[in-house]
Amino acid sequence: MKGPGAGPASPEPGPASPEPGPASPEPGPASPEPGAARPGADPGSPGPDRADAPKVRLRGTRRPPTRTSRLLQNRWAGAAGLLVALLAPFVNATPYALSIMTSAAIFVMLAAGLNIVVGYCGLLDLGYAAFLAVGAYTSGVLATRFDLPLLATVPAVLVVTVLAGIVIGAPTLRLRSDYLAIVTLGFGEIIRITANNLDVTGGPSGIYGIPHLADGPVAFYYLTVAVVSLAVLGAARLGRSRLGRAWRFVREDEDAAEATGVNTYRVKLAAYIAGAIWGGLAGVLFAAHLSAVSPASFTFLQSALVLMAVVLGGMGSVPGVVLGAIVISLLPEVLRDLADYRFFLFGVLLIGFMLLRPQGLWPARSKEALRSEEALR
Amino acid sequence: MTQLVWNGLFVGSFYALVALGYSMVYGIIKLLNFAHGDLYMLGAFTGFAVLGAAGGVTSAAALPLLLAVLLATMVITGLAGVVLERVAYRPLRGAPRLSLLITAVGASFALEYGTRAVAGADPRVYPVRLGGTPLEVLGARLTLQQLVLTAVAVVLMIGLNLLVTRTREGRAMRAIALDPRTSALMGVDVNAVISRTFFLGSALAGAAGVMAGAYYGKIDFLMGFLIGLKAFTAAVIGGIGNIPGTMLGGLLLGLLESFGTFWLGGEWRDVFAFGVLILFLTVRPTGLLGERVTERV
Repeated sequence: MKGPGAGPASPEPGPASPEPGPASPEPGPASPEPGAARPGADPGSPGPDRADAPKVRLRGTRRPPTRTSRLLQNRWAGAAGLLVALLAPFVNATPYALSIMTSAAIFVMLAAGLNIVVGYCGLLDLGYAAFLAVGAYTSGVLATRFDLPLLATVPAVLVVTVLAGIVIGAPTLRLRSDYLAIVTLGFGEIIRITANNLDVTGGPSGIYGIPHLADGPVAFYYLTVAVVSLAVLGAARLGRSRLGRAWRFVREDEDAAEATGVNTYRVKLAAYIAGAIWGGLAGVLFAAHLSAVSPASFTFLQSALVLMAVVLGGMGSVPGVVLGAIVISLLPEVLRDLADYRFFLFGVLLIGFMLLRPQGLWPARSKEALRSEEALR
Repeated sequence: MTQLVWNGLFVGSFYALVALGYSMVYGIIKLLNFAHGDLYMLGAFTGFAVLGAAGGVTSAAALPLLLAVLLATMVITGLAGVVLERVAYRPLRGAPRLSLLITAVGASFALEYGTRAVAGADPRVYPVRLGGTPLEVLGARLTLQQLVLTAVAVVLMIGLNLLVTRTREGRAMRAIALDPRTSALMGVDVNAVISRTFFLGSALAGAAGVMAGAYYGKIDFLMGFLIGLKAFTAAVIGGIGNIPGTMLGGLLLGLLESFGTFWLGGEWRDVFAFGVLILFLTVRPTGLLGERVTERV
């Protein structure tokens, strides 16, 4: 068997915490002054090469871990995050706060799904909200038309989102990656306009009266947190699986991956479908949370915000992406007065991050990178 | 029938103008400039501002004035494109493709919402409106203004094509498209040529923006999003990176949309256009003229 994409995602034994950080012990003795010496750097270049350093640094794998990054790599970071999420309702349980927190949790799931596509596999999906829409509309329409409980619609949602992923992914993934970006952008618009025009989906006003998944907002919040944690954990495990390794290989060098026997097309399609499933399931939660869906929720803005969360947190880094999603979804609450400038700021931040810190706030450190770093020493 | 063809050609000439910038930039540095549609929007708003500064407009002088504004706007949006390239894209040349694409999305956002912050979220009404009396030609109703706008678009496209195929500058562009490093060794100032390419592409988009503003009468800060997508579709249909192909693609997309609207209804127009895009990428990703012409700009 040559293509890892054919095999099932076999999770490696490892700690079941959602961060993909090094399970192996920290690499060798760190130099006393981090930054003064960069072991991975070209030995000919001077140490603190501020002046002639390339503007774009590669992913932060070449430097010894600083104290902060060690803290961030801690395997308990995920558990701590979950604990915060579980305790949050005890601090503030007004319906409004609960609603915001539920939305944030759903947004985390979206970001974790997009991270599979963009972060692991390096495919830019600019229409990710389309999968959210497909999931939300499928479950919403089925639940309201046939009086089904929302849970019963999940299999249908899975089938439909996977189909949608294949329909978009199959023709475009053979092409250059930038075609995918713009086709997904178009796809996002197609889904939104279609939902707007069809009668089944209720036209511009959408569908409403979608049944709840749990009794009361608190129970739903906990249910959402549970589902989202599983989703994040699943995404992290997937990233460390054989398939996940193939994804990163494709991201770093597609030709080399192809040459070593990775069926890049299938691997990419697998990433795209996985992203679609995450988005679709988040859509079910979304529909249950709002009890109504309308086309206005699935604009390009929504897709761009998810992308922003992934980029801000650190592409390919699960804890980073979770953090990024929480920041992006709670930011409007904090920056209420700056509403007009918020998206302008987002755009500038996207450029700024790509120019100055492409690895994001909480970068991913893959085991492979750490190993090769040790080998270089 | 003739009416449909005419409408399609008219809209298609806008698409072609915007698509050319996409195509040129893509041909040279293989970058999908997502912000290109927003340069079109910026052109419409710049034209609006310039017209506002020019003061009262009498309808008799509307067309010549509009042409002057068109030129001014082209210079301004062209410079905006150069600045964009310098700030957002040049530092990332050689970086992973994903970074560039994300930067382009960021640039698009910054332009859209920057314009919103400056000009407000509400649509603006263009001070010059080209209505005009309709003429009957072969059973189609078309106005003098439509004819003039189409003529301007055609002149700009022919000019661009001459520039690319007949001048030194154009030769440099084609050389960079083939191999930037070798062209640098041959004495081509690669950065300067890329800057000028951005200038040209952005200027064309700005011109299309002013023309669309004057024709449709209303502009808003998100107007570039959809047209950016459509322009990309046009470029893909014709063969991205290929200038005559892109023009052909623009006109063809205009025609397809015109007929699609007629058959399916206006609300499905955009779905139809993107469906064509996906179909083309599946069946013929190089576009109509993508393979035959090997020289790419």
